[in-house]
Amino acid sequence: MLLIRCPYCEEERPELEFRNAGEAHIARSANMAGETDDDFEKFFFIRSNPKGIIYERWRHMHGCARFFNAVRDTVSDKFLMTYKAGEPKPAKLPGAAK
Amino acid sequence: MIAAFRIPGAGRLKQAETARFSFDGQSYSGVEGDTLASALLANGVHLVGRSFKYHRPRGFLSAGAEEPNALVEIKRDAARKTPNVRATVQELYDGLTAQSQNRWPSLSFDVGAVNDIASPLFSAGFYYKTFMWPKAAWKNFYEPKIRAAAGLGVAPDQPDPDHYSARFAHCDVLVLGGGAAGIAAALAAAETGVRVILADEQADFGGSLRFESGAQIEGQDGFAWAQAAVAKLRDMDNVRVLSRTTAFGYYAQNFVGLVERVSDHLRNPGGELPRERLWQVRAKRVVLATGAIERHMVFADNDRPGIMLASAARTYLNHYGVAVGRNVGVYTANDSAYAAAIDLKKAGVDVAAIIDLRDNPTGPVIDEARALGIEVNFGRAAIRAGGKLRVSSMTVQPKNGGGERTIPVDAILMSAGWTPSVHLFSQSRGKVAFNDETKRFVPGTYAQDCVSVGACNGTDGLSATIDEAYAAGAKAAKDAGASVVKGTKPKVDASESWSRGMLGAAPGAGPDTTVKAFVDFQNDVTAKDIRQAVHEGMHSIEHVKRFTTNGMATDQGKTSNMHGLAIAAETLGKPIPQVGLTTFRAPYTPVTFGSIIGHARGPLFDPTRKTAIHPWAEAQGAVFEDVGQWKRAWYFPKAGEDMHAAVDRECVTVRKTAGLFDASTLGKIEVVGPDAAKFMELLYTNPWEKLEPGRCRYGIMLREDGFIYDDGVVGRLAPDRFHVTTTTGGAPRVMNHMEDYLQTEFPHLNVWLTSITEQWAVIAVQGPKSRDIIAPLVEGIDMSDEALPHMSVREGRICGVPTRLFRMSFTGERGFEVNVPADYGQAVWEALWAEGQKHGACAYGTETMHVLRAEKGYIIVGQDTDGTVTPNDAGLDWAVGKKKTDFVGIRGMARPDLVAKGRKQLVGLKTKDPKVVLEEGAQIVEDPKQAIPMKMIGHVTSSYWSENCGRSIALALVAGGRDRMGETLYVPMPDGTIEVEVTGMVFFDEKGERLNG
Repeated sequence: MLLIRCPYCEEERPELEFRNAGEAHIARSANMAGETDDDFEKFFFIRSNPKGIIYERWRHMHGCARFFNAVRDTVSDKFLMTYKAGEPKPAKLPGAAK
Repeated sequence: MIAAFRIPGAGRLKQAETARFSFDGQSYSGVEGDTLASALLANGVHLVGRSFKYHRPRGFLSAGAEEPNALVEIKRDAARKTPNVRATVQELYDGLTAQSQNRWPSLSFDVGAVNDIASPLFSAGFYYKTFMWPKAAWKNFYEPKIRAAAGLGVAPDQPDPDHYSARFAHCDVLVLGGGAAGIAAALAAAETGVRVILADEQADFGGSLRFESGAQIEGQDGFAWAQAAVAKLRDMDNVRVLSRTTAFGYYAQNFVGLVERVSDHLRNPGGELPRERLWQVRAKRVVLATGAIERHMVFADNDRPGIMLASAARTYLNHYGVAVGRNVGVYTANDSAYAAAIDLKKAGVDVAAIIDLRDNPTGPVIDEARALGIEVNFGRAAIRAGGKLRVSSMTVQPKNGGGERTIPVDAILMSAGWTPSVHLFSQSRGKVAFNDETKRFVPGTYAQDCVSVGACNGTDGLSATIDEAYAAGAKAAKDAGASVVKGTKPKVDASESWSRGMLGAAPGAGPDTTVKAFVDFQNDVTAKDIRQAVHEGMHSIEHVKRFTTNGMATDQGKTSNMHGLAIAAETLGKPIPQVGLTTFRAPYTPVTFGSIIGHARGPLFDPTRKTAIHPWAEAQGAVFEDVGQWKRAWYFPKAGEDMHAAVDRECVTVRKTAGLFDASTLGKIEVVGPDAAKFMELLYTNPWEKLEPGRCRYGIMLREDGFIYDDGVVGRLAPDRFHVTTTTGGAPRVMNHMEDYLQTEFPHLNVWLTSITEQWAVIAVQGPKSRDIIAPLVEGIDMSDEALPHMSVREGRICGVPTRLFRMSFTGERGFEVNVPADYGQAVWEALWAEGQKHGACAYGTETMHVLRAEKGYIIVGQDTDGTVTPNDAGLDWAVGKKKTDFVGIRGMARPDLVAKGRKQLVGLKTKDPKVVLEEGAQIVEDPKQAIPMKMIGHVTSSYWSENCGRSIALALVAGGRDRMGETLYVPMPDGTIEVEVTGMVFFDEKGERLNG
């Protein structure tokens, strides 16, 4: 069971309190109805599924109930950092090789 | 009376406290503190089991958790039968009843032993090669026969009457293993004041100090020091000491699973104590002090009862005061067996000879053995053991060949060296490294915040172990935040040390003979099997493992892994590190299902949700159905009624007079705030801005892909307040979906979402008399059609309590949904029921609700839709705001495939024979005479007998359905094909006049 730091509660809490919510930083278009088929495909269907660093959304379901973003290494299953929804994708990661 | 093999003055048990027990029906006497193994050995019993595949007689190999052979069934009563208990771990209690396994008719005469003679049939991989033909025979004949013949214990056939508890715990330093290393590490950490947990699988702490007679710490015997040190730790407030507790799994971020055996060792556990307790511990630092396991020698017939690890014989002597024989032989490639021989000799047991595979070893133990008059032979191998139910001799030969000599013995002690227990380290995802000099895998690269100390780290000798462990314990405490480091390191006055040993098969194990030189006792894997696996093309150690089953099952290769690996490497002609090690999997030793499940069984397996009106329905004799976690009243049978009769009566009564229905399980969410309408516009397909306060609308929620996700009636209570209803099952995910969009996509909207499902009880009153039933109880709401038209909502009071009164209908009749605070739910229901009785109204359940809505063609999301149905498919285009520029799903709905012709559309179906009721889920075809597999063009989603229509009715998803009105289609069933006509979805009151009727 993982320990996840909720950036709103500012505490590490057990995984049981959280729920994964898919990949992060996939913005919904402000002009949704006008999206091309290709753009909609990228927005809705295409996910990166990397071996290594993934940016993903989590919800502190049984805590503050807020959605936030996390950076996790899919190989080691380690969380590198978490940050609030709406904050930009971090340019530098703590402890990352590159 | 002292048992025959108990040596007066030896061991640590108090001989006075005896315990009676039975094994295979025979009564024996043991001593408090014995294990079942030591008690049986004290009585001279070595034969305790039959092996897995060949049914060979087996005895005790070890004195601990690594035991592969001595698996027995412990029986307390009919329901409390535990199979595959290691007799070396089971503590003796007065009245213990044990039975041997995998034998018939008896342990000493076992018919299955024919497998041993027929063993050429059962060589490695025999499952894959032998039972290939005919194909059907595998399932019907071979597999059942093999399953009956193979295997170990028998699972209990009654529910487990015991209970199991669970604890979560946090600590700064978790020390796993309570031998010298673990105790030293725990002392160092505990003295700093940090929170420490120390756990050991044995009843007594001490680890190898149990048998190491040469260990002296702080001026006392090593084992006595361990007891004193643990007593001191138990007295400290910051330390939790767990004995009989096995760390079975090491998971991410220093999360460790432990099982504490609370009452299996008690004579009469009573009902109070749990049988086991699961500890889920999160530790800042973990110290692994898991020790090492001695390896056996691989030679012909090395599995005969009486042949055991040297350290086991020493444990039985030095701790339990039991001699494992009267005339023992020793076969070794390592010094530690000498220490066992010396202890036994000093205790008065004859040691026939020490056979040492090494050429010219030197050292104090060898000198001491010689000084005691023990015959010592170097450069020789034991090439086979004699005897069947008990070893009777060992045959010895110079290791490079030459004359044989047979030495009569009644036990053989063996040691091929020690394997560091890196199981937990490996589970933590650490990478082991092979030390070529000492021929062992030791912890290499760490993946988590843990450290290995002592024998599991490849550290030899007691002094070095305590130095290392004490320093590691102090460092772990410091890393976990300790500032004060005080206390002193325990001083080692005397210790034992041995080194090296060998890996793989010794001479006499083959390779080209038919002998059985066992590598893995539990899985009956011999050296020959492993060589054969390599010859047959299994070049990866993972393949060798699976082909031979070496290191599998509950044993997980504790004694066999390294030997198996070395034999495979030798056969492959590769160095060991290049062949690699198989994965160590959790659990370290078997864990009961009970301990994992804990209290989550029976009624506590999953929460049961009941509405405020549930007790009333129960008292009325309602039959309930499960809807998610909810119990919902399904129908209300009167005396003599079956389900059909009850549902028919309820359906007719609602349309004739009225019915009351408990709709409290409906999901309810309040959407509040200045931007509430804007938010609703984005989350639902419908327009909301212009909906007047006091009016309701049927809303459809899509996912971004354009498919229907949920639906429900929404009432606008005020410009900034919507009372949203969802499907019963959809409530949590709809709430999550709304929160997701509000928090992440539309955070600029000033809106608050509150789940109010459990705050409001909902009583649906439906039918022509519904207003007459409600009106007398309502205050402050004008109930006239002009003031309260269909699809409107008012706030007021009913029976003196607040209500949100919806005029709406899921039956097609004039209808209301009375929302009242849940605490008043039953009282208001009873008041309405009393009014209803005056008009002949009935209570109805979910089945009638389903029939009535189907008569009107109202869909149920999740029944008539399946996550691939668009609003258009469901005939709900009218509910999609045509002028809207955005809502969730607007773009997905426009995808080419979702607007293509020929999509499956919801339609009605009428069977040609009105009495025939279709099966839900039945497939629909155009031409019933076509060849199988037929082309299926749709399926039935809802189907009922409608007493109101006097016929069966059904809804179905059919390709191009709305263009097929009046067409005849076919539903092929096992007992014949059913003809159906495609119709509209409304079967009753097509014009909808009854809404105001």
